[in-house]
Amino acid sequence: MNSSTIDMQTPSDFFRYRNVMLRIFLAILIALTLLSAWHTELKVGTFFTALPRVASWIFAHVVPDAAAWSRFPSMLEKLVETIFLSIMATTTAAVTAFLFAIMGSQCTRINGFFAIASRAVASVSRNIPIAAWALIFLVTFGMSAFTGYLALFFASFGFLTRAFIETIDEASDSQVEALRATGASYPHIIAQAVIPASIPQMISWVLYMVETNIRDATLVGLLTGSGIGFLFDLYYKTQQYKSASLVVILLVIVVMTIEFLSNHVRRKIL
Amino acid sequence: MALLDVRKLTKSYGETQALSDVSFQISKGEFVSVIGPSGSGKTTLIRCVNRLIEPSAGEIVFDGKEMTALRGPELRRERARIGMIFQHYNLVYRLTVIENVLHGRLGYKGAIKGVFSMYDEQEKRHALEILELLGLGELVYRRCDMLSGGQKQRVGIARALVQNPRIILCDEPISSLDPSSARIIMDYLLKIRTEMGITMVVNLHQIDVARKYSSRILGFNKGTLVFDGPSDQLSQQKIYEIYGAEAGELIND
Ligand SMILES: Nc1ncnc2c1ncn2[C@@H]1O[C@H](COP(=O)(O)OP(=O)(O)O)[C@@H](O)[C@H]1O
Ligand SMILES: [Mg+2]
Repeated sequence: MNSSTIDMQTPSDFFRYRNVMLRIFLAILIALTLLSAWHTELKVGTFFTALPRVASWIFAHVVPDAAAWSRFPSMLEKLVETIFLSIMATTTAAVTAFLFAIMGSQCTRINGFFAIASRAVASVSRNIPIAAWALIFLVTFGMSAFTGYLALFFASFGFLTRAFIETIDEASDSQVEALRATGASYPHIIAQAVIPASIPQMISWVLYMVETNIRDATLVGLLTGSGIGFLFDLYYKTQQYKSASLVVILLVIVVMTIEFLSNHVRRKIL
Repeated sequence: MALLDVRKLTKSYGETQALSDVSFQISKGEFVSVIGPSGSGKTTLIRCVNRLIEPSAGEIVFDGKEMTALRGPELRRERARIGMIFQHYNLVYRLTVIENVLHGRLGYKGAIKGVFSMYDEQEKRHALEILELLGLGELVYRRCDMLSGGQKQRVGIARALVQNPRIILCDEPISSLDPSSARIIMDYLLKIRTEMGITMVVNLHQIDVARKYSSRILGFNKGTLVFDGPSDQLSQQKIYEIYGAEAGELIND
């Protein structure tokens, strides 16, 4: 109807304005890309000329040999450890995030102070990269699975809190109002309206987080010396590339399986 | 004594006066329609009654209790005696019909019983009777997202009725419905008022519907009560005062 910035006389004015804005936007984007390439001395050409070398290296090392297969049981053990660590970090983070999300959501918050505090904590926790979380806890808890757990927990907690806040805001506004009108108390409203209305979407987020965490657990394992990430690191540094490759293959299979399962569950519940 | 006594009710949002100095009384058993153009304060008015919206000034006395003074459990107890019906039904769509209807009992429940849906046999029986009465006997265990608009609104009415309310407030209950479902809903509201004696306050967009069903009409314009009288005394002149320039279109409908 009306555009706040300039007066629109006719539709063609409007579209001319839109086109100019689009061109300016594209020009800025191209300029930024070129600038970044120049600044990082990125030589896109070098990458392409090296591509055959990269490919032949990968092919030479990707197929696991007998030595790699002999390590399969210990890999499996670490893999299971990593999966359980990820699941535990995700579920505990989800419960904590749910409590924070209830306090942070517009329609279920208790008061303004808690709402802001909860959003702030979640935002900080989300914006610290997972590797930084791992390094932070490394100082106090040393190289251990627990350090890995904490890193995954805090990163997931921040992400899930934000996702849950959005879910609650979207799903439950009108129901909350209706229940308030019947004289329902706060715990009633959470249990009878907010949870039923938003649980499928929240489960979907938790499944996504489990997938992400299994991938990230590998990286965190590199830093904390635990789980499958530790094994990968070990094989890589001792130049046993074929074993390292088997680790990666296993990871890909696990992550794809989990993705498949969670898509299936998601279709069922949503 | 009036069931609902609204005295000098005012609600402002910054510069906007959603309601200014509104006073009226409603007696037990009345069927009152509240009409007015969009933005005239109808929604604000009925939400002030059960305190979903905090009034800026004025008093609302419901059944002898000063609503604006109530806090916590006391406020919950009074809200339990006031049913509310919404334009967009406001049901928990992933739950079944019976679960939504029993939400109407939460105002009478303690924390644990309400959280875990522990309703008495008597409450469940009452809920089933009401669903039967509203023609929803076949749909008791159906999930609410499977229902038509008219059926959803009947679930909304059932939820209000299990509250055993003394008054039911309706915010444009038929604005999202097709004409035939709208008529069914209005007929049920009228039946509830005549057979159960429950007082009705209904926000409406349609003047003809207001005239047909209500004994009394309140007309609002820009937050001010400009008409309060029996439905048959709503003259063209008054309609013009309520709706301003829009009035012509409405009358020709
Ligand atoms: N939360 C709010 N914040 C600011 N203004 C509001 C809010 N709610 C309603 N209003 C204003 O109050 C006036 C009355 O609104 P409302 O009661 O919804 O009217 P109606 O239901 O008759 O359409 C309108 O001018 C509306 O813009
Ligand atoms: Mg309204």
